[in-house]
Amino acid sequence: MIKFTVNGAEHQFDGDSTMPLLWYLRDHAGLTGTKFGCGIAQCGACTVHVDGEAARSCTLPVAGLEGKKITTIEGLAEGRLHAVQQAWMEQDVPQCGYCQAGQIMAAVDLLKRHPDPSDEQINTLTNLCRCGTYPRIRSAIKRAAALAKSESAGREADA
Amino acid sequence: MSKQSPNVSPLRDWQQDLHDRSVPTVSTTHADRRSFLKASLTAAGALLITASLHPRRARAESSSSPGMLGFFVRIDTDGTTHIGARSPEIGQGVNTSLPMIIAEEMDADWARVKVKQMPMALKKIDEAPGIAWKYGPQGAGGSTSIPSAWSDLRQVGAKVRQLLLQAAASQWEVPVSDLRTEAGVVIHADGRRLSYANLAASAATSAWPEADVPLKDPKDFRIVGTAQPQVALREIVTGRAEFGIDARMPGALVAVVARCPHFDGEIESFDASAAKQIPGVREVLVLPGPKHGEPISANLATGVAVLADDSWAAIKGRRALQIRWKPGPYAQESSASLDRQCAELLKGEGIRCREDGDFDAAREAAARTVEAVYRVPYVSHCPMEPQNACVHVEADRVRIVAPMQSPSGASRVAHQLTGIDRFKIDVRMTRVGGGFGRRLSNDFVAEAVLLSKLSGKPIRLLWTREDDMRHDFYRPFGHHHLIASVDEQGAVSSWAHRLASASKYYRRPNVKPEDMWNPEIYPDDFPAQLVSNLRLEWFAVDSGMTRGSWRAPAHTANAFAVQSFIDELAVATKRDPVALRLAMLGEPRELEYGGHGGPVFDTGRLAGVLRRAADKIGWGRDPGKGRGLGIAAHFTFGGYAAHAMEVAVADDGSYRIERCVCAVDVGRPINRSGLEAQMIGGTIDGISTARNLEIHIRDGQVVEGNFDRYRLLRMADAPDVEVEIIDSEADPAGAGEMGIPTAAPALTNAIFAASGVRVRSLPIGPKIAAG
Repeated sequence: MIKFTVNGAEHQFDGDSTMPLLWYLRDHAGLTGTKFGCGIAQCGACTVHVDGEAARSCTLPVAGLEGKKITTIEGLAEGRLHAVQQAWMEQDVPQCGYCQAGQIMAAVDLLKRHPDPSDEQINTLTNLCRCGTYPRIRSAIKRAAALAKSESAGREADA
Repeated sequence: MSKQSPNVSPLRDWQQDLHDRSVPTVSTTHADRRSFLKASLTAAGALLITASLHPRRARAESSSSPGMLGFFVRIDTDGTTHIGARSPEIGQGVNTSLPMIIAEEMDADWARVKVKQMPMALKKIDEAPGIAWKYGPQGAGGSTSIPSAWSDLRQVGAKVRQLLLQAAASQWEVPVSDLRTEAGVVIHADGRRLSYANLAASAATSAWPEADVPLKDPKDFRIVGTAQPQVALREIVTGRAEFGIDARMPGALVAVVARCPHFDGEIESFDASAAKQIPGVREVLVLPGPKHGEPISANLATGVAVLADDSWAAIKGRRALQIRWKPGPYAQESSASLDRQCAELLKGEGIRCREDGDFDAAREAAARTVEAVYRVPYVSHCPMEPQNACVHVEADRVRIVAPMQSPSGASRVAHQLTGIDRFKIDVRMTRVGGGFGRRLSNDFVAEAVLLSKLSGKPIRLLWTREDDMRHDFYRPFGHHHLIASVDEQGAVSSWAHRLASASKYYRRPNVKPEDMWNPEIYPDDFPAQLVSNLRLEWFAVDSGMTRGSWRAPAHTANAFAVQSFIDELAVATKRDPVALRLAMLGEPRELEYGGHGGPVFDTGRLAGVLRRAADKIGWGRDPGKGRGLGIAAHFTFGGYAAHAMEVAVADDGSYRIERCVCAVDVGRPINRSGLEAQMIGGTIDGISTARNLEIHIRDGQVVEGNFDRYRLLRMADAPDVEVEIIDSEADPAGAGEMGIPTAAPALTNAIFAASGVRVRSLPIGPKIAAG
């Protein structure tokens, strides 16, 4: 029996522990926001956070998840949309939208590491978008950085 | 569920509240078992039927369904306006742009509009073939959704407005001529106001106007021509948008298929005993496929299917299959053998697709002749969402929920494979994770239909990335031989485009051999009618690869060849590449264009985008050492686009796009944000494909299987795209395909300008060969 949390909720799994987290989420947890794109950690459509860091769930067997905290796109907004989600909407980023959950999870991770990312730091993102939304992703990440900054300034002012 | 999905509910019946609720349901996800979405089995039956056909019934239906105004619009008493989106949303933005057209003409308050994907619906008609679209065309291909909508959905919106005006007129007992509308409100000349919310119930009891009603003057547009974010944004960024792969049917088994990797190969033998030992694997079935030479009208290849309780068990089960494949007649085919075949073919004579004037004599008499051969490889569509489908074949009905570009094709193939009446085949479009032409084919739907029929169970078919990349309808491979001559004055006096290609019509049912060239070379394309001695010639390449429509089909190959060659011609004759193009286009005028996107090709509009792109990039300036400017312009399916790029080439041959301009004229813009997105996306697609992408063949099999070898462009190499929209008042064309064809030649022309190296074979690769 493997126990971990997904978006704050306790999960336990006693099925095939070689199953990648992606398929657990999609087929067993009913969380289909995390997408299957390649199965070999190349495209990033399946990006989730494991203990707060971006991970490609298509190659992450459930066996290694004991005690881990998983966050998926469905659990990213806490009460209200995350700054990255807000920025994505402001910039009208998605086209088909299929890769965007993974793009957003990767961008949140990038902004944790680099709250004010340079173009070079944004260039380290390797998530694929077949529709070619990269230019709008780039502007949305910069916008999210600004939003996050003003939110935290707001919080400090409140305190 | 409506709280979770405020804007779009793809699997939900568009008119669900109006229908018989006793019909079976389709669920969205396992998590949502309690909120199974009600979805009616067939769109025929208890639906509203146009008043002209069944006036009494229509009234009766509407009275029990308040606020429903025709097929597309329902207005709730709180003012929420639901508008149906009939075409599949593949990322091209039609779930936003098409409802914008209806909302404009009905004068809706766009802020109160919620959009829903409509199911596919057919109606019986007396004339052959006895069946027709009920809501108008519902495919996504050829950049046709917007032009179609412009011709019929404006009327839909205007008729809704008419019904609301009549309802207000009868309530106030005043003539309609005293009334006008603003966003969601009818206003009397004396200032009285009635909201659409208050009028909808009574308006819904009136008969749907049969005759056309007056349309708005475009100068009064408030919605069309603005920039609107796409309607499904919130669902997408929260992970709640429902794609085909997210659809679920209760009791469905997941099917993963091992398909024969050899072109036209067969199963020699297989052993499924190990696969059946995998926990969760329920069944292993042979999936029959088409034989060598047969038309492909259903699935693509023979295979062995593993049916399991979940995706992982099915994937593991497939891995455990022991299969011996028998290679087919193309076992010797390779990318190199196709190159040799093309070179050999081009030595001979092909089919004359167009012959104007006397090409041979003009060439003979010319002051100067230039020629070059360009190579365009096979490429894969690889939409981010791999193929999938949920299908349940029952004794007398079929349910299909899938990401499709051609839902009517899905209905046809299900009918072909089951014999079940098409009105008992329920086809629902989900949001689609990319189309690019791949999902115009319904081979994956056919597989799911066959497997459901064989197993008797609902099937959730899942393709892996390798399945998708190795079993595609690839963009055709070809060699383009171009020849042009100039006279003493420097004018282009003759032009030939000799193309050896693997026709996209390969194995398409009902295509005559003499028509195989039709999708490869479009006879009215530039520079036809602009050069008096012109020859278009085609040679059939024999290849076992299945081919099909890849975003902007032959335009991507032909514009690369033609727009590269113009550049070569300009260099050879010491002309400016922009000036040469403008000289060839001549005075602005309309030329006949018989192909898709016609009936006219306007030389002035093509010159317009060319000039705009040139101005924006600063054409004519010296960009400095190691840098160059490149340009290209092309007419695609009714739209005009040009790219201008500034490229820096380093000493090691690596290159970088420093600036990228895309100028576009697709007539009146509907949604500026969506149009800009399509141009950005088309441009990036064009650059990505030109830079890195080729599907190689070895021993009659596809080599690449996943994104590790098939290197789509990533963020680090994606330039910003400066989109310049021409403010045209012409009727709108689509926008899904125009952004691609000129990206590759603008890039290679800029590489030449920067380095002196002419790239004639795609893909370019991450570095150019030393010049």
